[in-house]
Amino acid sequence: MASIDISAVKKIYAGNVTAIHNLDLTIPDGELVVLVGPSGCGKSTLLRMIAGLETITEGTVSIDEQVVNKKEPAERDIAMVFQNYALYPHMSVRGNLEYGLKNRGTPRDEIDRRVAEAARILEIEPFLDRRPRQLSGGQRQRVAMGRAIVRKPKAFLFDEPLSNLDAKLRGQMRIEIKRLQRSLKTTSVYVTHDQLEAMTLADRLVVMNAGRIEQVGAPIELYERPATLFVAGFIGSPPMNLIEVDYLRGRGDDLKLPEGTDLCGVRPDTIQVADPGEPSVRLDATIELYEPIGGESHLHLRLEGSGQLIVAAVPARTAVVEGATIPLFVRIADLHPFNRDSGRRTD
Amino acid sequence: MQTKRTIFPNKVLPYLLLVPQLAVTLVFFIWPALQAVKSSFEREDPFGFKTTFVWFENYRRLFADPNYLGSLSKTAVFATSVTVLAMSVSLLLAVAVSRVLRTSRLYTTLLVWPYAVAPVVVGVLWWFMFNPTIGIAPYILRGFGVDWNHRVDGVDAMLLVVMAASWKQISYNFLFFVAGLQSIPQSLIEAAAIDGAGPFKRFWTIVFPLLSPTTFFLLIININYAMFDTFGIIDATTQGGPAQATNVLVYKVYSDGFLGLNIGSSSAQSVILMIVVIALTAVQFRYVERRVQY
Amino acid sequence: MIENRPILAVLTHLVLILGVVIVVFPVYLAFVASTHGGGDFLRGLVPLLPGPNLFANYEFMLTEGLTTAGAPPLWIMLLNSLIIALVIATGKIFISILSAYAIVFFKFPFRMLAFWVIFITLMLPVEVRIMPTFKVVADLGLLNSYAGLTIPLIASATATFLFRQFFLTVPDELMEAARVDGAGPMKFFRDILLPLSRTNIAALFVILFIYGWVQYLWPLLVTTDSRYYTIVMGIKRLAATADAEPQWHLVMTAVMLAMLPPVLVVILMQRLFVKGLVETEK
Repeated sequence: MASIDISAVKKIYAGNVTAIHNLDLTIPDGELVVLVGPSGCGKSTLLRMIAGLETITEGTVSIDEQVVNKKEPAERDIAMVFQNYALYPHMSVRGNLEYGLKNRGTPRDEIDRRVAEAARILEIEPFLDRRPRQLSGGQRQRVAMGRAIVRKPKAFLFDEPLSNLDAKLRGQMRIEIKRLQRSLKTTSVYVTHDQLEAMTLADRLVVMNAGRIEQVGAPIELYERPATLFVAGFIGSPPMNLIEVDYLRGRGDDLKLPEGTDLCGVRPDTIQVADPGEPSVRLDATIELYEPIGGESHLHLRLEGSGQLIVAAVPARTAVVEGATIPLFVRIADLHPFNRDSGRRTD
Repeated sequence: MQTKRTIFPNKVLPYLLLVPQLAVTLVFFIWPALQAVKSSFEREDPFGFKTTFVWFENYRRLFADPNYLGSLSKTAVFATSVTVLAMSVSLLLAVAVSRVLRTSRLYTTLLVWPYAVAPVVVGVLWWFMFNPTIGIAPYILRGFGVDWNHRVDGVDAMLLVVMAASWKQISYNFLFFVAGLQSIPQSLIEAAAIDGAGPFKRFWTIVFPLLSPTTFFLLIININYAMFDTFGIIDATTQGGPAQATNVLVYKVYSDGFLGLNIGSSSAQSVILMIVVIALTAVQFRYVERRVQY
Repeated sequence: MIENRPILAVLTHLVLILGVVIVVFPVYLAFVASTHGGGDFLRGLVPLLPGPNLFANYEFMLTEGLTTAGAPPLWIMLLNSLIIALVIATGKIFISILSAYAIVFFKFPFRMLAFWVIFITLMLPVEVRIMPTFKVVADLGLLNSYAGLTIPLIASATATFLFRQFFLTVPDELMEAARVDGAGPMKFFRDILLPLSRTNIAALFVILFIYGWVQYLWPLLVTTDSRYYTIVMGIKRLAATADAEPQWHLVMTAVMLAMLPPVLVVILMQRLFVKGLVETEK
């Protein structure tokens, strides 16, 4: 059990490529923090610097209030779950679980006890004597988790652990990881590029872009108040629509927006087909495509005048026809004001 | 050059790991090669007391020596013949094996073992078969009115070493052609069959062009083999004779150096051979790069 | 096969059978010769069917040999060949796997230089640097010794390349997982990399064993003491005297014995042999 402190960390690769710019982040004891961002944003590099698999160019990483910059991965007392599981193919499942403990000189009876416990928790007892290649993807994933659990480390590091699984299994394993982490209360850092996975797993979400942190917070906070245009576009599906303030002015009620606002974010699910009877803007748009997806329907719309394409998420059985031009309403309270040049929220 | 994404941080260990290989390489490869280069520019007096630096004199003499020029052309004839013969026979066999289903493993086993026969043993086998006194081949040839005697006839001698050297190389080429044929997608051949191409047309228009990376690779390997790995075959059959008829470069280096004791000339010949190997290796590596784009 | 063409099928088998005959016939002749007595070669043509002297010839050659040719009994030569082939194969694998490990899993100054020094051995077959290499071995006092017979042949760029190629295909995460699990470089090498390389090592061993066994020129140069004769070089000495004083049956007995071990290795380990051959050349 430990907190992880990342202080003024920089990573510069050979050839002067900066992967991480002066990054600060504190991961409190027992929390599950998810690093999310597009590929190449530096999230994996950051995780690997915490693990000790990547050198730290500047700044410090501390685990449990000890600077670990110079420590070997094994000395940091962390466990890692890799994207391709990285199970030792020539060892049995039991051998895989035991290897790290053996290397640390754990007594035999303690090893047996821990392996039995991990196998019970993860329900992999029947496979203990099999080789990894005899297991299914989901089972391998459990073994990889088991290898982390038996160590009882200060922190778990997850590097996109679910991306090799099919969608259904991914959903199941996501729940299991969350449940496991809740019961073990081990500090965890989880890297993913899947925003849905990030939202559902995280106690706290860290959105990264181009080697910098865009925003840190509880998942719902980030959804409701994205601090930057990047976060606004990255979190939420379908993504937030961004409409020019100049276009919105004069369409509906009076707009009172903070100084410097020139772009407004509109979540697809805040677009309504009926006048809400509150201060709102009215948009007229032609329905290009009506996309029923079950619980709701997505309308792909072309705005009158500007020709911009936007997406609205409306109740499933909204009575509209493709090709029709209809009025749409967005409450002024639901607008997210941004400044285009700074990329930041203005309120 | 490629390494792993993460590497071990040890500073001294990698050098320790490299020491055995580098030591052997430096002592038995690099150092002798440098010595060869050095003595190729020197001449020893007949008693071995004094060596003098003579610039390119050894090379100049070499290229003025009809024996050496003869050896060059013999080597060209030998290498070309072995390459063409060994490759065409093994391609034929590989294509045949790829057409049979149940018996292909049996045929493969029966065809690949000559790889393990030492070149000098190959030489002895063929020398026995073609022995002018008791050999079966000259006996049969006499029935056709051919008087075989590779001890006096240079053409016979060349034919003998070409046949023996090709015989040994068939198994190697065969395995690579089989592997090359297996890597051609069956769907292409089926598509060609649907397009109305018969088996022979399919071979020349689809299979053979797609096999060209393997063919090119084997071409280099076979030239290399014929030039450098056939010492034992020559030594056991003709020993370069008769009258230099089969005295290829690699045999001449040996006979001039160890039997003729002409160090300067032998060294110059060594250096020329090294240049040939370097050229062949360079061509081979360009091919490897090109194959990546395939 | 796509279409059913009986004539082509027959032709295919004819080609293959002819190929097998060409490949087998010289060895068949040698085998037949090794089963006859010395007198059977005086009629002017080699016998074409096996004779009755099989066991007598092999026993004679193995235990006594042609002492007139200055050669020891064949069992000594076979033993020497076996020792040399095993030492060369083991030695090559040992030094190559270590150097490939260093080159792939570490970064250090002069890494490229080391790679090139190893690479250059590809370009220097023993035949082309024969004189100076002989001189080095003579100066080191290694003539007529197992060390002199083996060590100069042990450096191998191909084996290093094969291991390098294989190591590059080992997922990065495996090494990272091992490091997180507390394995240092040598522990990772022993516990993870070596077990994973098993098939490659075995395949390479087959190829290198054959390489060591068929060596001819080098043993010919560095051994004058018959106690160190290998079977392959010994045969040449036997054959040389046989021409003058025909003892064909005994020479061919020696030929059969020289061929048998590596040929058996190829036939019995065909899968490993093919893998080793096709992969070392890539």
